Amino acid sequence: MATRSLREEPAAGAAPDAEPPVTTLPEAEPERLSAAYQSWYRFSRNPTAVIGAAIVVICILAAVLAPLITPYPSHVGAVVDFRARHLPPSWEHWMGTDNVGRDILTRVVYGMRISLLLAFVVLGVAVPVGTLLGLAAGYFGGWVEVVIMRLTDIALAIPGLVLLMAVATVFSPNLLTTMLALAALWWTWHARLIYAITRQLRSQEFVEAAETLGASTFHILFREILPNCVSALAVKTSLDCGFVILTGAALSFLGLGAQPPMPDLGTMVAGGTNYLPDYWWGSVMPGCAVLVIALGFNLLGDGLRDLFDVQEIR
Amino acid sequence: MEYLVFLVRRLLWSLLVLFGLSVVIFVIARGMPGDPARMALGPTASADQVAQLRETMGLDLPLVTQYVRYLGGLAQGDLGRSLLTGRSVSADISDTFAATFELVLATILIAFVVGLPLGVMAAQWKDRWPDNSIRLFALLSAVTPTFLLALLLQILAGYVLHVLPTTGRLPIGAGFSADITGLVTVDALLKGNWAILGEGLRHLILPAFALAAASVGQVALTTRASMIDVTSQDYVEAARAFGVPERVRVLKYMLRPALVAPMTILGLSFASLIGNAFVVELIFAWPGMASYGVRTILQKDLNAVMGVVMVSGAFFVMVNLAIDVATGLIDPRVRLGGRS
Amino acid sequence: MTLLSVRDLSVSFTTYGRTTQVLHDVSLDVPACSQIALVGESGSGKSVTMKAIMGLLSTPPARINSGQIFYDGEDLLTMPPARRMALRGTAMSMVFQDPMSSLNPVFTIGDQLGTILKYADRRLGRQRGRAGRRARVAEVLAQVRMREPERVAGSYPMQLSGGMRQRVLIAMALLSEPTLLIADEPGTALDVTTQAQILKLLKDLVEAKDLALLMITHNLGVVRETSSYVYVMHKGRVVEEAPTERLFAAPAEQYTRDLIAAVPRLTGPALTAATGEAARQGGGAP
Repeated sequence: MATRSLREEPAAGAAPDAEPPVTTLPEAEPERLSAAYQSWYRFSRNPTAVIGAAIVVICILAAVLAPLITPYPSHVGAVVDFRARHLPPSWEHWMGTDNVGRDILTRVVYGMRISLLLAFVVLGVAVPVGTLLGLAAGYFGGWVEVVIMRLTDIALAIPGLVLLMAVATVFSPNLLTTMLALAALWWTWHARLIYAITRQLRSQEFVEAAETLGASTFHILFREILPNCVSALAVKTSLDCGFVILTGAALSFLGLGAQPPMPDLGTMVAGGTNYLPDYWWGSVMPGCAVLVIALGFNLLGDGLRDLFDVQEIR
Repeated sequence: MEYLVFLVRRLLWSLLVLFGLSVVIFVIARGMPGDPARMALGPTASADQVAQLRETMGLDLPLVTQYVRYLGGLAQGDLGRSLLTGRSVSADISDTFAATFELVLATILIAFVVGLPLGVMAAQWKDRWPDNSIRLFALLSAVTPTFLLALLLQILAGYVLHVLPTTGRLPIGAGFSADITGLVTVDALLKGNWAILGEGLRHLILPAFALAAASVGQVALTTRASMIDVTSQDYVEAARAFGVPERVRVLKYMLRPALVAPMTILGLSFASLIGNAFVVELIFAWPGMASYGVRTILQKDLNAVMGVVMVSGAFFVMVNLAIDVATGLIDPRVRLGGRS
Repeated sequence: MTLLSVRDLSVSFTTYGRTTQVLHDVSLDVPACSQIALVGESGSGKSVTMKAIMGLLSTPPARINSGQIFYDGEDLLTMPPARRMALRGTAMSMVFQDPMSSLNPVFTIGDQLGTILKYADRRLGRQRGRAGRRARVAEVLAQVRMREPERVAGSYPMQLSGGMRQRVLIAMALLSEPTLLIADEPGTALDVTTQAQILKLLKDLVEAKDLALLMITHNLGVVRETSSYVYVMHKGRVVEEAPTERLFAAPAEQYTRDLIAAVPRLTGPALTAATGEAARQGGGAP
C-alpha cells in the first residue's frame, strides 16, 4: 500500500496532500516516510548497487559536461598533430594519444556521449514497444498472443549484428541505422518479460476484481497490471543499458556504426588495432571505457533486483 | 511416442521461424527505398547497364513473384549469385561456414565443460569464497566487450608471452585440407594427423576462449541458480533420507533437472553469440563467414549479404532445435508438454 | 519390546544469531509391531522430532542439546555414522508427505526406486544385480496395489495421478523390508477420498508385514483410524500420551480437549471411503 501511494503521488497532484494536514491520520505520514526511507536504506547498504549507481552517474555527468571537463575538446573532430602521435599515457594525456596525435581521454569522454545516447534511444523505443506488445499478448491471449509471441520468436532468431549488416548494405552505415536496427530487435526481450508477468497476473484476484467491477481494459492494463511490472522493468532496463552499449560498440568495431571522425568507442578500438601491440592504449583504453559503463549499469541492475526482490523471469 | 510428437512440433516450428526470417530479409532487401541494381553498379554506370542488371536480378517483376522466386531458390539451397566474387553465394558461404561452425562449436563445448562445474561448485559452496569468485567472474565476463577480451588475449598470449598463434586456423603453408567435415580439428583426428590436430587446437584456443567467456559466465550463473533452486526440493531430501550418497544426489538428482535452464539460456542468447563470433573472427583473422560478410557489405553485394543473414538465422534455428532435442531427452517435462 | 525409544530429546535452532529451543525433553516409545501416532498442530515440533529420528536435521542451524534415540537398543545419536547410514532408509524407513514434490520429475519411477535400492544394498552388503533390483521394484509396486507395476516403473512422476504417486512413496519406504515405518502425514495433499484409500493401504500393509508404524499427523481423524496409542505434542513438549480409545474418551489435558473440540467431525468424510461406517453418522461433503 505504501509504495502504491508513493508512486501515485505526482499523478494525483499535491493538492489533496497539502490541504488537509488535520485530517491526515497521524500514523500515515511516518509510514510513508519509512517506506521510502527503508528503500533508500536497503539501497545504500548494498555496496554493488551504490558502486553501480556511482559509475552510472559519473559517466552521465562526464558525458553531459564533456566540453567543460575534457582537456582537449577540439580533438573530437578531425584534428591532426603528428608530433604528438602515439604518446603513451602521461600527465598531459592520461590515456595517451592516438595515431594522429589526438588526446584519447577527450575522445573517450565524447565517445561515452554516443554510447549513452545509443542506449537511451534504443531503449526509449524498445521498452515502450515491448511493454505494450507484452501487455497485449499476455492479457488478451488468443490470436493476439499467437501473433505477437511468434513475432518475438522470429525476431529473436535474427542476430542483431547480422541484421544490421543487411540494413547497412541498403543504407550507408551510421549511428542512426545502428539505433534503428538495435531497437527493431531489442523490444523482444521486454515483450517476453512483460508477457510472462502479465500471464501470471491476469488470473490473480485483484485483476479479476477489477474486471468484475467493470473497469475498462485501459484501466486494467495500465493501472492494475503495469504498476506490477515496473520493478522488473527497471531492473531489466538497467541491465539492458549495459548490453545495448556493448552491442553498439561491437557493431561500430566492425565498422557498421558511427563513422569517423565521430569519436565512437567501438570505432576507436578498431582504429587502434592497426597499431597493436606497441601502441596498445589506442585500443585498450576505449575498450576499458565500454567495460566500465557496462559494469556500472550491470551492478546498478543487480542492486535494483535485490532492492525490489525481483525474481528472474525469462 | 510423445517424444516423436514433440520433435515434429519443434521441427515444424523451426521451419515457420525460417520462413518468417526469409520474409524479414526479403523485405529489408527489396522493400527499402533505393535500387539494388543501381547500388551494386555505383553512380557511374549507365541507365542501360542498370536496366540490364535489373532484368537479370529479376527486379522488374512484381514483389510477390520476386519473393516466391527467392523462396524457391532458398528451398533448393540457391542464394543467388554474388556480385563480388561472381560465384554462387551458397558456394562462397559453404567455403567459409565450416570455420565459423568450428569456432562456435568449440565455444559451446567450453561454455558447458567449464561453466557447468563452476555453477555446481558455486551452488555447493553458496556464499563462500568459491561462489563469490565465480559470481565475480561471471559479472566481469558479462560486461567485458568481446573485442576487448579478444585483443587482450591476443596481446598477452601472442605478443607478450609468445605461447600461442594469434591469427588463422593453421600455420601458413600447412598444406592440410579439411575435406571430410570441414572442421580442421575433427578432420585431423579422423585422418590421424596429430601434428595438424595440435596446430589446429593451438590456433583455436584463443578465439574460442575469447568468444566463450561470456557464455561460460552465463552457464555458470544459470546452473548455480537452478541448482540452488533444486536443493530445497523435497525429492532431494527424500533421496537423502533413503541414504543415496551425496555425490549421486548432486550429480544425478540435482544436476539433471538443473541442466535445462542453462541450455535454454544458451539457445536464446545464441544470436548475440553469432554476432560476437564475427568480431572474434575479424580480430584473429579466422577465415569464417565474417570477413566474407564484411567485404560483401562494403561492396553493396546484396545477394551475398542476404545469404549471410539467412545462413546465420538458420544456424540459430538449428542450434535451438538441437537444444530442444537435448532438453527433451534430459527432462521429460519438456517433451511431455508440462511446460514450454 | 520397544523398537524405537526417544528419551528426553531437546533440540534448538540458531537463526540470525538467535537460539530458540524447539523440543523440550521429548520422550516417546514405539514398540515392535505397534501403531503409534504423534499428533500436534503446525509448529508443535512433530516434524522436528521426525527429522531428528531419521537423522535429517541440518546442523547447523539445528543442534541436539541432549537426549537419546534408541533403535533396537542402540543409541542412534552416538553410533558410528556408517552404522546409522546403514539403518536409515532400510530398517527404519519413511513415507514422505507430498506426492507432488517428493519424486524427482526427470527420472522414471523405476530409476528412482532402483537407485535407492542400489545404495541400500551396498550399505547392507547385499548382492543384487540390475535385473534383481528391477524385479524387486516391480514386486514392491505390486504390493502397493499398482495394477501394472512394470508400466508404472517406466513412467515419469508427471504421468501418474497424485494417489499413484503417493503409493509410489509408500513403495519407496518398503523397498528394503523395514521394521519401522515413519509416515509424515501421507496423503495430506490429496483429496479426502484418495487419502482415505492411502491410509487404508498403509494400515493393511503395516498389519500384513507386522511393521511398527509411527504416524505423524495433525489430523485427529487419522489418529483414530491408524493408531492404538497417541502422543500429543504442543509447543515442543509431549503434553499427553494415552491409548487412542482413552484419549478420545477422556482427554486429560485442556489442550487435547481443545484439539478434539476443534475437529467437529472426527469421523468425517476423510474416512468415509475407508471405513464405510462413518457414512451412517452423517459426514456431509466438505
